[in-house]
Amino acid sequence: MSKSYRDGLPITPDKFVDQLMRLKRGSIGRRDFLGLTGLGVATAVMARELGIMPTPAFAAENLGDRMSIATWPNYHDPQTFENFKAETGVAVEVNVFGSNEEMLAKLQAGGSGWSLFVPTNYTISTYKKLGIIEPLDMAKLANYDGTKEDSRFTAEGTIDGTIYAVPKNWGTTGFAVNTKKLAKPMSSWKEFWDTAMAEGDGRTMVHDYQLTTIGNALKYYGYSFNSLKQDELARAEELLLKVKPHLFAVSSDYQPGMRAGDAWMTMCWTNDGAQLHRDIPEIAYVLGNEGGEIWTDFYAIPKDAPNKPAGYALLNYLINPAVAVKEHLANGAPSTDARVNALLPKEVLDNPILYPAADLLKPLEFGAAATLTDPGRAELMARFKSA
Amino acid sequence: MALSMRGSLFRKNLVTALLLAPAALWLVVFLVLPFVAIAIFSVGERAPEGGYQAALTFAQYANLPARATAFWNTMVLAPAGALACLLVAYPVAYYLALRAPQRWRLILLAMIVIPFWTSLLMRTYAWMYILGGRGIPALLAYVGIEDLRLINTPGAVLLGIVYGYLPLMILPIYVSLERLDRRLLEASADLGATPLSTFLGVTLRLSLPGVTTGFSLVMILLLGEYLIPTLLGGGKVFFIGNALVDLFLQSRNWPFGSAIAITLVLVSVVVLIVANRISTRLSGARRVDLI
Repeated sequence: MSKSYRDGLPITPDKFVDQLMRLKRGSIGRRDFLGLTGLGVATAVMARELGIMPTPAFAAENLGDRMSIATWPNYHDPQTFENFKAETGVAVEVNVFGSNEEMLAKLQAGGSGWSLFVPTNYTISTYKKLGIIEPLDMAKLANYDGTKEDSRFTAEGTIDGTIYAVPKNWGTTGFAVNTKKLAKPMSSWKEFWDTAMAEGDGRTMVHDYQLTTIGNALKYYGYSFNSLKQDELARAEELLLKVKPHLFAVSSDYQPGMRAGDAWMTMCWTNDGAQLHRDIPEIAYVLGNEGGEIWTDFYAIPKDAPNKPAGYALLNYLINPAVAVKEHLANGAPSTDARVNALLPKEVLDNPILYPAADLLKPLEFGAAATLTDPGRAELMARFKSA
Repeated sequence: MALSMRGSLFRKNLVTALLLAPAALWLVVFLVLPFVAIAIFSVGERAPEGGYQAALTFAQYANLPARATAFWNTMVLAPAGALACLLVAYPVAYYLALRAPQRWRLILLAMIVIPFWTSLLMRTYAWMYILGGRGIPALLAYVGIEDLRLINTPGAVLLGIVYGYLPLMILPIYVSLERLDRRLLEASADLGATPLSTFLGVTLRLSLPGVTTGFSLVMILLLGEYLIPTLLGGGKVFFIGNALVDLFLQSRNWPFGSAIAITLVLVSVVVLIVANRISTRLSGARRVDLI
């Protein structure tokens, strides 16, 4: 038999094109069909979900063997989930998101598959209104102690006296600056935007997130971070469109750019600011003195959670102060829980990135629920991104 | 006799129908129904908290100009990207099919196909690091070129597109060139044609089916592209794919997103029909099935 260069090739170009043309004409083999359409996989998954194929049964107190959580990037100590698995046998699948809108979209569409998720304060009332989250069964959360929580940060988890969500971390939204590249001291959002169009040209990042990008542009003029007023939004849009050509990126994933030195300045959340500064000391974290955002992230359980027992078990585990303190040290965002703060080393509590001075905290605003669903802000963001 | 013949004919039809049923069911459930759902969504309204609420209005379609920039960017990117792919792919395919030594072909073809086994997302992330500050710019800093920025530029997006879609362009062209009857080239030379006019009049002409297949394949995929502009362009360049992602995942305006999706499908069909016409005309009587 003669040897051809084609022998052993996974697919020859001729076959590839033949197959392609065959597909176009609508003729297809069974194997290709299952492979190409994913029907094989889909059947297997559906069979499992519908209970046709056996899975370990979970009764009321059985936690099953897996669950999934929706949360933010760089926000947990991976070891925490390993430990939880070792203790309970439940493997945790972690899904990370870039915005609250995206989390809401997945939950609104249904079938997210999450048994626990981490929404930010201003979204909880909308989740409740849409009936997407359930009131928490506090009997299952023995580790929660409301009297030890700082009420400044916890209010939005409770609606009409019912607890829908319990707090995880709080923090602020400021900006991070590489002081080796941009040496002049900055302390305001006005300087942030002006620098982006001057020394920071081509090196500045803003979030791919309407709340903070529009909110911090509003602060340039001293307007409320949450403004829905048309004339104020119009001026913010004018600024954003002017800055757009000077930007390095519109993205909420700013750590890689800052770490690589491609970006010199970015809008930034407390925990990312702390992580960047810890690893690269010349990266400073600045809070705009005009104000901006203060936030609390909460834990909540979706109504359609496929594994509620495990969701509650993980939540109860995560709010155990001994576990929460490790989470805090890993992600760098301040805790709302006095029991956790008592376990933290002094140098953490003295870190001004985590615990800014009172006069800087005072003008900050919590995000407002209306911004989440306001079509005007969404369209403004789309015009900014497509400009 | 006649009865049994009718019986076997009936049985044959039944078998055919049964064999076709799963595929038909699949198409109805996963292609036709979602398309109908999108069409219904597109004449609806956005609910106050986002999502969909029933209505019968063409307001979403009337609002299409609000994404005109995204449509325009896509209409420029898709053909430009496909053209850039073509310019890189043709010489490669030509070399592979007509010039490369036989024993090297397997290796060269494998080198083109193997990257396809890895997800495009992974490969695009790899480019993010190659072009990022710790990649090529860090190397250039050694020879004194400081603070060069490669990532998040239009050039990076173009590079990502050409890199990602190149095999889809090379393979169809390679096949049409490989099937070329070499005697035609000899005949052309014998009849006094210069190498250039042989190339233009014979080789290029006969490889046009491969070129149009590759071109429309790449172009249609590019019409829905959003990953590469996001990762290598820094999210500053906004294509219709990005508009769709944002409308469904950020502002949760399903009706408007659906109207855009329907429009994009219609545009793609028009593009295909036009490409089909052009290729039919260019390759004379040869008819190429694009749809």
